[in-house]
Parts: sequence; C-alpha cells; structure tokens
Amino acid sequence: MRTIQTSEIIDAVAAMCIKSNTELPGDVRAKLEQAMAEETTPSAKEVIRQLLENADLAMDTKLPLCQDCGLAVYFVEVGDEVRIEGGNLRYAINEGTRRGYADGYLRKSACDPLSRANTGDGTPAIIHFDFVPGDKLKIAYMAKGGGAENMSRVTMLAPAQGWEGIKQFVINRVAEAGPNPCPPTVIGVGIGGTFEHAAKIAKKSLLRKLDDTHPDPEIAAKEKELEEAINALGIGPMGLGGKTTVLGVKMTMEPCHLASLPLAVNVQCHSQRHEEVEL
Amino acid sequence: MAEYKLNTPLTDEDIEQLKAGDVVFLTGFIYSARDAAHKKLIDLLDAGKELPFKLEGSAIYYVGPSPAPPGRPIGAAGPTTSYRMDSYAPRLHSLGMKASIGKGKRNEETRKAMQDFKGVYFGATGGAGALLSNSIVESTVIAFDELGPEAIREMKVKDFPLLVINDAHGGELYAVPDLEAAGVK
Repeated sequence: MRTIQTSEIIDAVAAMCIKSNTELPGDVRAKLEQAMAEETTPSAKEVIRQLLENADLAMDTKLPLCQDCGLAVYFVEVGDEVRIEGGNLRYAINEGTRRGYADGYLRKSACDPLSRANTGDGTPAIIHFDFVPGDKLKIAYMAKGGGAENMSRVTMLAPAQGWEGIKQFVINRVAEAGPNPCPPTVIGVGIGGTFEHAAKIAKKSLLRKLDDTHPDPEIAAKEKELEEAINALGIGPMGLGGKTTVLGVKMTMEPCHLASLPLAVNVQCHSQRHEEVEL
Repeated sequence: MAEYKLNTPLTDEDIEQLKAGDVVFLTGFIYSARDAAHKKLIDLLDAGKELPFKLEGSAIYYVGPSPAPPGRPIGAAGPTTSYRMDSYAPRLHSLGMKASIGKGKRNEETRKAMQDFKGVYFGATGGAGALLSNSIVESTVIAFDELGPEAIREMKVKDFPLLVINDAHGGELYAVPDLEAAGVK
C-alpha cells in the first residue's frame, strides 16, 4: 500500500483549478492558430485574434480566461494500492476546489437549482471515481462553463438508426446550438452504455488532447467524419460564419443493451479548460 | 460595415443608424444583469417600484464577472449566453432599454421588440473575459449584492468593442447553418 496525504491532494487540486482557468492549453492554442491561418473572413479572423490575445493577457495578469470558471468536474482514477490519510478523497477534492476558486479569484458558479442561492465557494464539485490497478492517484479537472454545457443533449436512439442516426443527431445539435456555446467548440460524443453512462463517457472524451488520434482506426475515422461535416455547417467562430465551427470531435463507444442505442453530445467551449495531475 | 464610437445613454438616432455587422466602441456607463437579476428587476416593475438604474437609453450587459483581484476594478468579464434573458428583454425594451450585450441567438419576440422600440443587440466575444475586462475602468455593485456574481453593477466602460448582431431594422448577423453541406437530411 502507498499512502497519500489529503493535504497533498488539496494543494494539487487547488493549483490545477487556477492553472486551468488562466492558461490556455498548448494544443488548444495550436488549433486556434491553425484556424487563424485557414479562416478567410475578417470577422472569423478577428474573433480568433481576440481569443489568442485574451489567452496572452490571462497568462500575464493571472485573470481567468473566461469569467465563467465553470462547475468543477473531476474524473479520478484511484489505484487499488493507494490509501488516503487525513480525511477522505471526496472531502480533499472539494477542499482543493474551494481553495483554488478562492485564491485564484475564480467565479463561484455553484447554486441551488430552484432558489438559485449561490453555495458561495464553488462546491460541491462533480466527481467521478474509477478504481484501477496500481499505486497512483490520477485526478483530471475540467472547468465546465454553463453556456456550452446547456447546449449538451442525451438521447436514446433506436438500434436501427445506427451510425447514420447518430451522425444526424450530433450535427443537428451543433447546428441548433449555433453561436450560443462559444464556437469554435469541442464536441464530446458518448455512444453506448446506458442513459447516464453515455453522458459520462461523452464528457470524459473531452479530456483528450485535441491533436491526438483515437487508437481505434474505425472510431478515429468517425471522429474525422463528424468534424468535417460539422465544419461544413459554416457556423464559424462566435457564429459569425467561417470554416471553424469545431476544434475537434472526441468520441467514446462502449457496449449497450440490445434494445438500446444511447447517445450523448457534450459541448465544450473553445477554451477546452482541463488539467491532469498524478500523485 | 461601418465603425461607430457611441456614448451612453443611447438615443433613437444612435440606434437607427446601426446595421447588423457594424462595429461599435461604446463609452459611458452600462449595467450588468443576468438571469437572477433580471427576475428581480421584473419583480420590482410588477410591484410598481423604482429600478436601481435608469432604463431610458440604457445598455444592459449580460455578464457575471469573476471576482476582482487586488488592483483591478473587475475580474474577467465576457458575455454570457443571451437567450436566457429573452423572456425579460421585450418588456425592458418597451420601457426604454436601448441595447443588450451578450452572445448567441435571440428569439423572435426580442428581435421584434428591437424593431418596435428602436433597440439593438450587441455581441461581444464569448470567452474573451480577460481581454474585455480591459475596457471596464470602474465597477460598483448598485443592487442585489446577495446575488454575488449576478449582482447589478454600474460599470464605466471606455471604447468597449462590440458588434451589432441584431439591428432595429430586422437585420441579423449570425450565419445560417448550411445543413445540406453538412449532409443533414
């Protein structure tokens, strides 16, 4: 067994919240620079220029990239040879979130769903736990802003609808979302599992780097097919028209019930804020 | 596409000249209000009470800024998605609001209200929160402090960069998705 102190987890989580909200990931910057070169209209170029300038400014001033610092979402992999000392893991992650959002001057956006009263400290975080072999603790953080999240959908297709049905649904969702979620977006697609599992794997797909290629060539081809079809919509940066409607499409596919074809589309904004730490 | 420098409060003449696609640099005072603050504003109107700021000629910015770090008037301050305010915007336009600032599509009632009452919808770049905060030189909470990020702030802006998305003549700037090109049946 290996022992990890909660104090270590709290520090790592707080640092990750701050870094992720103030530093644009390198793969996202590279994609935006590529889009800048490929876009031809002045409005599309101007939007991307502003996003790059915004990233430079956030880095220099430590201001958040976006005022919506998101609901804190975590995907945690706990090695089965890891023992947490000094409290429990859920507490440590929430405490790290609290500190990160306070110390980083990040906006606290968690509130009661009906009274809308703000919880005041950015918690509770949404935490997904997974148990894996080994003696490591891996924590991935995602800042999930409301504007993009609101454009996400889960649906239960009929098995006969197949890939064509999936493709139509995903493209239509992005078309209907239009300028609302801050395009160019990143689209996470979850296919299979159950109703709730499809949504979870769609979101987890967003942890991947924009410039990676899915190890399964069949899925990699489908991601490419969706990306090209969505970009053909011409929604463009901020919905003002252009070639870049998405920076990437990331897909996860898992077995499902023989009567079902669960499908989830999770929309993420252009900043694609996420970080990972391994303890 | 023309470029204008405008000052608040905005007049009918300011608004009438604007066309979708024009660039506007706005200077003066604007007011932050988003979901919860809008609900409270409407409650005040229903109760026949005074609003915390003068609606005539006003520009409302749909924003919930991040906290101001030491030495800055405000934190990151980009626009939030506007459709959530569509159930309130027509009434505010009818009472003198001239402009709203946000991102994303407006519904038909809101677009019609802009034509009926000479209003305009400005887009600011979503996610450019750090950059846009540079145009905000002062910020004071004037109402609903309990709402935290959603409180109403009076913000002094200088050359705030905006794009006319919906004008008072029915014009709209957003691209219409090309479903055929994307292979949607």
